[in-house]
Amino acid sequence: MSARTNGLSTMTVLRTPGGLSVRFRPRALAVGLGAAVLAAGLGLVALGSGDYPMGPTDVLRALTGGGSVAEQFIVTELRLPRLVTALLVGAALALGGAVFQSLVRNPLGSPDILGFTQGASTGALVVVVLGGGSLALAGAAVVGGLATGLLIYALAWRRGVHGYRLVLVGIGVAAILTGVNGYLLTRAPLMDAARAVLWLTGSLDGRGWANAGPLLAVTAVLAPLVLVGCAPALRMMELGDDTASALGVPLRRLRLVLLASAVLLVSFAAAAAGPVSFVALVAPHVAKRLTRAPGPNLLPSMALGAALLVGADLLAQRAFPGHQLPVGVVTGVLGGGYLVWLLAVERRAGRL
Amino acid sequence: MSAPNVPDVSTAPPPKRRRAARAVGLLGAVVLLVVILVLSIAVGAKSLPLADVWSGLLHRDATEYAVVHRMRLPRTLLGLLAGTALGVAGAVMQALTRNPLADPGLLGINAGASAAVAVAATFLGVTAIGGYVWFALLGAALVTALVYAVGGGRGATPARLALAGAALNATLYSFVSAIMLLDTASLDRLRFWTVGSLASADSATVTRVAPFILVGLLVALGAARPLNALALGDDAARALGARPAVIRAAVIVAVTLLCGAATAACGPIVFVGLLVPHLVRAITGPDLRWLLPYCAVLAPVLLLGADVLGRVLGRPGELQVGMVTAVLGGPLFLWLVTRSRVAHP
Repeated sequence: MSARTNGLSTMTVLRTPGGLSVRFRPRALAVGLGAAVLAAGLGLVALGSGDYPMGPTDVLRALTGGGSVAEQFIVTELRLPRLVTALLVGAALALGGAVFQSLVRNPLGSPDILGFTQGASTGALVVVVLGGGSLALAGAAVVGGLATGLLIYALAWRRGVHGYRLVLVGIGVAAILTGVNGYLLTRAPLMDAARAVLWLTGSLDGRGWANAGPLLAVTAVLAPLVLVGCAPALRMMELGDDTASALGVPLRRLRLVLLASAVLLVSFAAAAAGPVSFVALVAPHVAKRLTRAPGPNLLPSMALGAALLVGADLLAQRAFPGHQLPVGVVTGVLGGGYLVWLLAVERRAGRL
Repeated sequence: MSAPNVPDVSTAPPPKRRRAARAVGLLGAVVLLVVILVLSIAVGAKSLPLADVWSGLLHRDATEYAVVHRMRLPRTLLGLLAGTALGVAGAVMQALTRNPLADPGLLGINAGASAAVAVAATFLGVTAIGGYVWFALLGAALVTALVYAVGGGRGATPARLALAGAALNATLYSFVSAIMLLDTASLDRLRFWTVGSLASADSATVTRVAPFILVGLLVALGAARPLNALALGDDAARALGARPAVIRAAVIVAVTLLCGAATAACGPIVFVGLLVPHLVRAITGPDLRWLLPYCAVLAPVLLLGADVLGRVLGRPGELQVGMVTAVLGGPLFLWLVTRSRVAHP
């Protein structure tokens, strides 16, 4: 096995004697692994903290089947589902966001800005107004997100879908849906409206395996599809449409598949925890800044998104003792601050 | 500002006839506005025939006096003021940023005002319009400055500015919903207000916001001629006797006053400031000396028309005007951006 480092682009190629080779960027790998370790560490803290505090070793023992019955119940039945939901929602939103930003070639092109999460919210709000259980709410969120995705795609279609038209159509649809959502909110009784606002903000309170299950299934199918199937072509697409088609990328089909995957990921994430704001925008950015690598940085984004959401949830639960905030408030505040900073920096650099 | 007459870019008929046609058109728009004003007083949960509107307006002892003076008249006046404010603000912003997609709602200025009001209502206990109009102005001023800094300079394209505005909107929206979440009483008050509605109008609201809007209108109308010069570029504007920095500052002050006051009174309303200048430009061309008066007359026609429509469609309750304008204005925005000229920067 031999390793060769290209001095210019910090790319490393590993070759085995059998003729297999793998190419990677050490820095991106380190960032991805670091973020994954961070997510795991934060997860361990999250599993151990609460009304019944436990040390990391106790948590690990309970996870592997040891410890008292009470400890096992607390860890695997009460806290683990919430943690798994947080990890999955963070990863799914970040992956969806990274794909969107890469597709529309703009650092601000995230699903919360382009109307997809508003569509999911509209679906959920309709259920709140008409009355329905949490399962119906989750289903309606998925349907709403998908329908909005379809609508935006159809409206932006003109012999193919181009980045900027998608962005502008998305903004218009988002503005319309925000009006509709506000109206729906006034139609609900006050108690239901409070529940709806909680859902709209994004919260992980009381999430069980029933919430994590569908998202896990969707992520298990779509993440490999995007990461393995589409990532190389996506990297070529960033060179421009003409270059990409010259390199043999089937542009239309690829865009459709990527867009559909991203919308599905975001919609199912919203169904599990509500449209948690700004994770989809921020995680890919931070990943890009840390890895300093061109291209969409899908895997580091996922790991960072998971770490971000678990960390934000931990903060939301513990920051004000006796008062639990929904996780969306924390990501909203962090994301808003980041956004203003980003606007200033990108503007100065002339990239925005 | 004593800029000489700016040469008009549009061709077509000789100046004198064109001016006459525009004046007649403006007169027609005023007539349309009067019709809508009467409709807005007449239509509602209890519809009034025209004769009753008249007697309700004038005779203190008529049975309709209470309905007309307590509810319909303030609401109509507020719609008139807010519509004019949003339309003119949209028109001068589009001129200032040279951006066809500039709209106080889409760029987050109204959302900035509403976030400031939400803070004032929840944390500082400000509940009366007299108190929170100041917060709304502050919020609007901050976001206007930010949006202008991001999108007003060289190299900014329509799509980028719209995207920056959408991102700001998303931030402020999540901020407001976080506030609503922490405090159920705020939720109950704010959820009606954040859609954009004229329903809570009373005469105190109208008299409170009217001065701000009138001053804003005067500043905007005064800036029309130098803004025309500025459209030719900074150097040409200077050569024509205009001072670009002063004009920009004046326009930002005007937009802040107009949007802040309108939002404080009836919540964030999108698309009015986008829609009306676009429709009007098809009639008058880009000359702001005509564009602004037309917008000032036709924007309230749209806003009050949407309000009346909401009252008719939503019976026995009503649809909030913000929702109606979003649903009416959204498709036009989509039509604008899917034309290839705007969508390709």
